[in-house]
Amino acid sequence: MSEARNVGILIIGGGPAGLSAAVSAYEAGARDILILEREETLGGILKQCIHSGFGLHRFGEELTGPEYAHRYIQKVLEYKIPYLLNTMVTGLAADKTVTAVNSEDGIFEIKAKAVILAMGCRERSRGALNIPGTRPAGIYTAGTAQKYVNLMGYMPGKEVVILGSGDIGLIMARRMTLEGAKVKLCCDILPVPGGLPRNIEQCLNDFGIPLRLSCTVSEIHGRDRITGVTLVSVDENRKPIPGSEEYVSCDTLLLSCGLIPENELSRGAGIEIDPKTSGPVTDENLQTSIEGVFACGNVHHVHGLVDDVSIQADIAGKAAAQYVGA
Amino acid sequence: MFDAVIIGAGVCGALIARTLTEYGQKVCILEKAGDVAMGTTKANSAIVHAGFDAKPGTLKAKLNVKGSEMMEGFCRSLGVKYSPIGALVVGFNDGDRRTLETLLARGVENGVKELRILEGEELKEIEPNLGEQVCCALYAPSSAIVCPYELCIAAAGNAMDNGAELRLNFMVKTIEKDGEGFVVSDGNESVRGHVVINCAGVHSAEIAGLVGDNSFTITPRKGEYMLLDKECGSLVSHTVFRCPSAMGKGILVSPTVDGNLLLGPTAVNIEDMEDFSVSAEGIAAVRESAAQQVKGIAFNKVIASFAGLRSVGSTGDFILNEPVKGFINVAAIESPGLSSAPAIAEYVREMLAADGVKLEKRADFVSERRSVHYYKTLSTEEKNALIAEHPEYGHIICRCETVSEGEILEALRRNPRPTDVDGVKRRTRATMGRCQGGFCTPYIVELLAKELGSDCTEVTKFGGDSHIIIEKTKVTE
Ligand SMILES: Cc1cc2nc3c(=O)[nH]c(=O)nc-3n(C[C@H](O)[C@H](O)[C@H](O)COP(=O)(O)OP(=O)(O)OC[C@H]3O[C@@H](n4cnc5c(N)ncnc54)[C@H](O)[C@@H]3O)c2cc1C
Ligand SMILES: Cc1cc2nc3c(=O)[nH]c(=O)nc-3n(C[C@H](O)[C@H](O)[C@H](O)COP(=O)(O)OP(=O)(O)OC[C@H]3O[C@@H](n4cnc5c(N)ncnc54)[C@H](O)[C@@H]3O)c2cc1C
Repeated sequence: MSEARNVGILIIGGGPAGLSAAVSAYEAGARDILILEREETLGGILKQCIHSGFGLHRFGEELTGPEYAHRYIQKVLEYKIPYLLNTMVTGLAADKTVTAVNSEDGIFEIKAKAVILAMGCRERSRGALNIPGTRPAGIYTAGTAQKYVNLMGYMPGKEVVILGSGDIGLIMARRMTLEGAKVKLCCDILPVPGGLPRNIEQCLNDFGIPLRLSCTVSEIHGRDRITGVTLVSVDENRKPIPGSEEYVSCDTLLLSCGLIPENELSRGAGIEIDPKTSGPVTDENLQTSIEGVFACGNVHHVHGLVDDVSIQADIAGKAAAQYVGA
Repeated sequence: MFDAVIIGAGVCGALIARTLTEYGQKVCILEKAGDVAMGTTKANSAIVHAGFDAKPGTLKAKLNVKGSEMMEGFCRSLGVKYSPIGALVVGFNDGDRRTLETLLARGVENGVKELRILEGEELKEIEPNLGEQVCCALYAPSSAIVCPYELCIAAAGNAMDNGAELRLNFMVKTIEKDGEGFVVSDGNESVRGHVVINCAGVHSAEIAGLVGDNSFTITPRKGEYMLLDKECGSLVSHTVFRCPSAMGKGILVSPTVDGNLLLGPTAVNIEDMEDFSVSAEGIAAVRESAAQQVKGIAFNKVIASFAGLRSVGSTGDFILNEPVKGFINVAAIESPGLSSAPAIAEYVREMLAADGVKLEKRADFVSERRSVHYYKTLSTEEKNALIAEHPEYGHIICRCETVSEGEILEALRRNPRPTDVDGVKRRTRATMGRCQGGFCTPYIVELLAKELGSDCTEVTKFGGDSHIIIEKTKVTE
């Protein structure tokens, strides 16, 4: 491996958090900045969020996800902040040496004065939910389904049950309906919906999709492809109520059951993680337990609104700029 | 005309195919699924048992001890992960302690080396996270862990590299005697062989029935498991078995060769030979037992649960016989079948030799197979040299397990070639990590479609009707 390169502020992740942090660090005077992003374009999860509802707080207007990301990408280009795409960070050491890999440079190291963690989150999978039954094809997290439909142009299924009333699930209820699928219902084990009231209204009610609360999937059926699910009502302790089982046929089950901050790199560096948020413990400047390492966006804690991600990332970017003495 | 037709591409069929190929036989393996290792071989505890469990004198006892001695060498030449971590059978009371003494005596009689009983400080020292109620344990240093599907894939691939044939999606329905040999057919196509070897797992009694052998039955006995995140893999450093009771061999807590933590299995007799579902009761039973054996298990770090079916035979032992001349049963291969597999392959070779089949070791047989995880073993300099030549190795597809496009393409082009997403998964570990394929499945679907020259809508998760994508959203001209 060639000599480690030096960088002032290294940002891991080019989603809204990483982009906002880069812009705010630049505006606070930092110049030696580098963003590493594993996907082939900047924008993070916003790339696939083609619905509107972003930016009401930040820009005072309703934008789609890609439009919101675009505003920040424009700034990054304008400020000529360097970034590497298709570049996966595979290691972070406590001394702020970052190991990354891509097709052009191979495996390389960068020694940073400050690091901003902006890796976002992943969705809770079927395995993590421990749903009994068979293990057929046709079970997707809502975000994966969103990627198939919005970015790749593929329909994952035609007859859909959605487990979990998180915003992504609600958005996908509407999206799948618009693409011609029959969304049979959305259920949630909790007595209150997880998503925003406006999404319940616009994504379920407007399309006549029933929302079943205090109700969950107790079994998955089907050998090759999913053929149905058993729904069961639960009591206030989330225990199934015997006799309330109901079979619903479907060819697709979408899971919208929560997001988990992606902190494997942070753990690897020995950064202290808050068991409540699953994100790093930080001070008021969003500095983690390692001096000069900052965290913002969904890697810090799961945010409902991207506007809040940007606000938090501004703070982290500015603090990192100060830290490197810009 | 093949010398030998093997029915079933589980670990037994694959290792037998490799051994017979090595001895100059022209072999054809018939498998009903779309890939090898799709039966019991893909869902078991992955332990190379030391051999103290089986009753002395049985085939199980003999072949287990011999097979586990052969296993390390087999894994080395086939590039399969094998880890000699040792096992502890833990007891909670005096009754258990007596059971452990019996196991110890049995093990000594079976020829298992270095067994001993541990207690108190010594036990705590070698395994600090044992449950508070654990008071004693039988220690078996020669117990090991292995990756069972990797072993099966590697053995089948190595046999194929040396000339064996594999026919997938070939469900054997009839076997007819035909002069010197047999005609084996799935109703459409047929394959002829001098010898037929029945390695059909839970379906082996049905296959035996096709030649009129109804001397045994198979009962599937389901075992359910939970698999935990790699974060949890170092909680224990040995396989921790529960002391066997009237309820069976009991649940284990063990690291896997890939560094995850495996909990299970349950043991419930069922009727349906294709029922791999997991149940709330099964998972609860695994949790309860595991938590008594080992403390501090993070049950919220479960990334997958699954089930496997043991082929429990009506005779109580492995069934290795020749009910009709030229037709060999390798049936009722329940646990310790994986551990015994190398010795079972030898045993079958000896049966054929006794029948007068000419078996000579080939001089041109290539016994080595490069590990599928070869790339991971390279130094950074070597990796960079490879990336410079083949940039695909620098493109990470599976983030959780850090699997590159280069590794996936390599797996797609090697014997036995995978044709579905789960086939890629078992060869490369892509989709096996904590997000369970949420990020990378879409990319793998595209790679598979390209490599198979088909459309993404045709790609399946595991063959049959397990399609991932139903159709294109909009047809644009
Ligand atoms: C499906 C979905 C729908 C949403 N809908 C709305 C909505 O309607 N309105 C709204 O206001 N908010 C919405 N949100 C919330 C908002 O979009 C997110 O909170 C925001 O995108 C989080 O930004 P982030 O930068 O923290 O994470 P992300 O957008 O996930 O970005 C993280 C980036 O880091 C990269 N990365 C991660 N690890 C590495 C590594 N090791 N090496 C290199 N790069 C790495 C990733 O590839 C990704 O590009 C939605 C979120 C999701 C998931
Ligand atoms: C819960 C559980 C835990 C276990 N733990 C261990 C352990 O820790 N250590 C150990 O040593 N052993 C263990 N075992 C046992 C071990 O897994 C098995 O003995 C071994 O995998 C059997 O391999 P096989 O090749 O005989 O069968 P299988 O792997 O089942 O292969 C049979 C193959 O035949 C094919 N087939 C069936 N019918 C037909 C047909 N008509 N036409 C064509 N093909 C057909 C099937 O598709 C399948 O691929 C365990 C088993 C279970 C279930």
